Amino acid sequence: MSGSRLPTAEFEAEDMVRSAQIAEAGLVPEPEMLQVLAPDGVLSANLSAEVAGSVVDFSPYLSSTDPAHLRSLYRDMFLLRRFDQESTALQRQGQLALWVPLTGQEGAQIGSGRALEQQDYAFPTYREHGVALTRGVELTEILRLFRGVTNGGWDPREKNFHLYTLVLAAQSLHAVGYAMGMQRDQLSDPALPPAATIAYFGDGASSEGDVHESMVFAASFDAPVVFFCQNNQWAISVPSTVQTRVPLARRAEGYGFPGVRVDGNDVLAVEAVTRWALEHARSGRGPVLIEAYTYRMSAHTTADDPTKYRLTQDEQEWRPRDPLLRLETHLRSQGLADETFFEGLTQEARTLAADLRAGVLAMTGPDLADRFAMVYAEPHPLVQEELQLFRDYEAGFADEGTRD
Amino acid sequence: MTLNTFELPDVGEGLTEAEIVQWKVAAGATVAVNDVICEIETAKSIVELPSPFAGTVAELLVAEGVTIEVGTPIISVEDAVSGSPETPGDSSDGAPGPELPADEADGAVPVPDMPGEVATPAGGSAEPAPEPEPTPGPLVGTGPKADAVKRRPRKAQGPSPRTSEQQAGSPVGRPSTPPATIDAPPAQADLAPTAVRSDQVQKPGASLLDPINQLINRVLAKPPVRKAARDLGIDLADVPATGSTGEVTKQDLLSYQAQRDAEKDGADSFWKDPTRLGGGRVERIPVKGVRKATARAMVQSAFTAPHVSIFVDVDASRTMEFVKRLKASRDFEGIKVSPLLILAKAVIWAAARNPSVNATWAEDEIHVKHFMNLGIAAATPRGLMVPNIKEAQNLSLKELALAINELATTARAGKTQPAQMQGGTLTVTNIGALGIDTGTPIINPGEVAIVAFGTIKQKPWVLDGEVIPRWITTLGGSFDHRVVDGDLSARFMADVASILEEPALLLD
Repeated sequence: MSGSRLPTAEFEAEDMVRSAQIAEAGLVPEPEMLQVLAPDGVLSANLSAEVAGSVVDFSPYLSSTDPAHLRSLYRDMFLLRRFDQESTALQRQGQLALWVPLTGQEGAQIGSGRALEQQDYAFPTYREHGVALTRGVELTEILRLFRGVTNGGWDPREKNFHLYTLVLAAQSLHAVGYAMGMQRDQLSDPALPPAATIAYFGDGASSEGDVHESMVFAASFDAPVVFFCQNNQWAISVPSTVQTRVPLARRAEGYGFPGVRVDGNDVLAVEAVTRWALEHARSGRGPVLIEAYTYRMSAHTTADDPTKYRLTQDEQEWRPRDPLLRLETHLRSQGLADETFFEGLTQEARTLAADLRAGVLAMTGPDLADRFAMVYAEPHPLVQEELQLFRDYEAGFADEGTRD
Repeated sequence: MTLNTFELPDVGEGLTEAEIVQWKVAAGATVAVNDVICEIETAKSIVELPSPFAGTVAELLVAEGVTIEVGTPIISVEDAVSGSPETPGDSSDGAPGPELPADEADGAVPVPDMPGEVATPAGGSAEPAPEPEPTPGPLVGTGPKADAVKRRPRKAQGPSPRTSEQQAGSPVGRPSTPPATIDAPPAQADLAPTAVRSDQVQKPGASLLDPINQLINRVLAKPPVRKAARDLGIDLADVPATGSTGEVTKQDLLSYQAQRDAEKDGADSFWKDPTRLGGGRVERIPVKGVRKATARAMVQSAFTAPHVSIFVDVDASRTMEFVKRLKASRDFEGIKVSPLLILAKAVIWAAARNPSVNATWAEDEIHVKHFMNLGIAAATPRGLMVPNIKEAQNLSLKELALAINELATTARAGKTQPAQMQGGTLTVTNIGALGIDTGTPIINPGEVAIVAFGTIKQKPWVLDGEVIPRWITTLGGSFDHRVVDGDLSARFMADVASILEEPALLLD
């Protein structure tokens, strides 16, 4: 329908230039991609790599030998995927205005989220439902935002998890600013535990000026911040090959701090590398860029149709690399989890989905009168007067109305 | 057992409609929450819709291949007697169920019966439930919304002047249509806007140009006019409104329709119907009558009189004010007053100061006329005609207005007599009536000057160093250079322009 209306000639010309560029770009060596849990479920014992000129051993940060921990990582990812599916369904049923699915990125989000300490502070985009889960944010609170009945959803200070940022890349500046503030807090009160911020963004946002500015500042001030880029290969419909001529992780070199590419679908490697990066930042050695190499298995949002710009074949290629699948294979093959565990999880997910649905259906719209309380921190005579005016007006209707 | 109805949601951001591509269930089928029930195609993509209800499909309300607006009920599902274990959330799902029929009724009320109409009627029916409702009905249409189709009634007496002022407009985006009035028969519902209107009448002045009203973009019109527009399939927003408070009058509607029909009649068949041309592709129209006379006169004029044309931009804001005052004055009651009247008066005034423009070239003599037979070019069913107003210099403003009206009416009716077209001394052509800015008119034979009056519209204008919107028009004039040289024509046009800029000069 709309495909026939595209000015195809222009696109073809663009594609020709682009494919030439990509062929050239192929000469740039791909960086090593850190991985401990292979797609076939085989787990390596240790993890080390050369980062910014020196060899780093990530093994101390790996928690791959603790079966309970592995199961809890799997549980988080499993519940998260169910949450994603139910939310997508709720959007299709007209209960949410929009939904931003994350299927495929569970490993990158749960791995990095679980690496955070209590005192660390996360700055999400609008897709970090998995990180929200690890920070203890009520999942229904997220849906309040997507139903359009709140401007935020949760108190960021309670969970050290900032509000979703819908403006691309703006949160990377916030994260650097907050990190610099933490730096100063530490100086005035050395008793505070060392802490860092983590800025989430995607391959698309990496093209925004805000990311550049924040990286310049972070490097200049050795700000305790970890830049966590989930390269899910697609900036809505633009492939990451168009967004960058060099692997994103290598951009860090130009700013003068370490950059690492990690298999974003390997939850264990992501967790270990993020732990290392956070420690690096907390200890005053400056920022780190992590490129979590992953794939957005579904649409950009529920308003997007990926079949218009990418081949089903591409998605199929990524399917065997699924973060849940490889951990499940590992758990089963090593006898670390039995059928009861998986069945119990399925039941838990079903309850979660039902509760979620009930929660969304019970959501009420905000009272317009509440808006007046959000203008100033303290009561303000003019706002009070306007509130009274509004109440008088509301009271002036002859019918019952829908609200008081 | 409850019958739940699922309304087509907005599955994208701001989609207004979708086509049902395929049903995956049939009436009588058992569905669980999130079972795929159908596939729809929106402007963005093909999407599968999961069922929000568990139970038995009672009815598919829309056939495959049909495009429907967001908010239209598409399927009804009867609750299972007891919640199936597959969907524990369903029991709470059922609770809001009873609210849903209210939405359904809302959507089912045929919008044409609703009094009051929004500028874009297409969106009207797509608005089943107000968004900030405390009931957990679906959001459904989440994109841009049309206004509620009806205003909520206000209490009879504004308790304080403050509130009554606010009363003027229904709040922006304010949902209305309480369930109680939905079921009311149309006749009763029709009373609602009347009540609102009388409400407004109680507050003289304040509400006439209610800014909130303008905000919600409602086209003002009386109910019979609305009904007529609906019956004719005309969007009131397209009709130029001339009513005293900016409302679309019956006359506006009728003339809009006449114009539309005239355009349609010719346009539809123009390319497609060669048969009426007798098989050929070229239509032969005999040149005769007015067309022939016009052609001869124009050729004669254009090739014997050396034309010089000049133009001047004029700030006609004061003329517009003056016209407005005249319309309102008792003396001019019932008389059509237009800026053309002021221009005619200005031309007569300026001709007296520059007499050579009111003359005839007679080869070895120039005959300067000490009387003004003011020609007004008029489009008529028979072609262009230039009847003139005899002895226009002796007419008062009111008499001139009457004369112009009569001349125009006679011309339009095709009843202009040859005598009315003879003996003209100077012509005015009102090309602005069709929205044209200016042009180079051709002098009527036997005369030496013609003034073209462009459309008057608001444009940015520099006044005292500031750019402000003013009513601007362009005057164009053509002169026979054998009689009127550049200097004289410029002074004549400047004089005409000065009157349009300051009509009070006519008093001197």
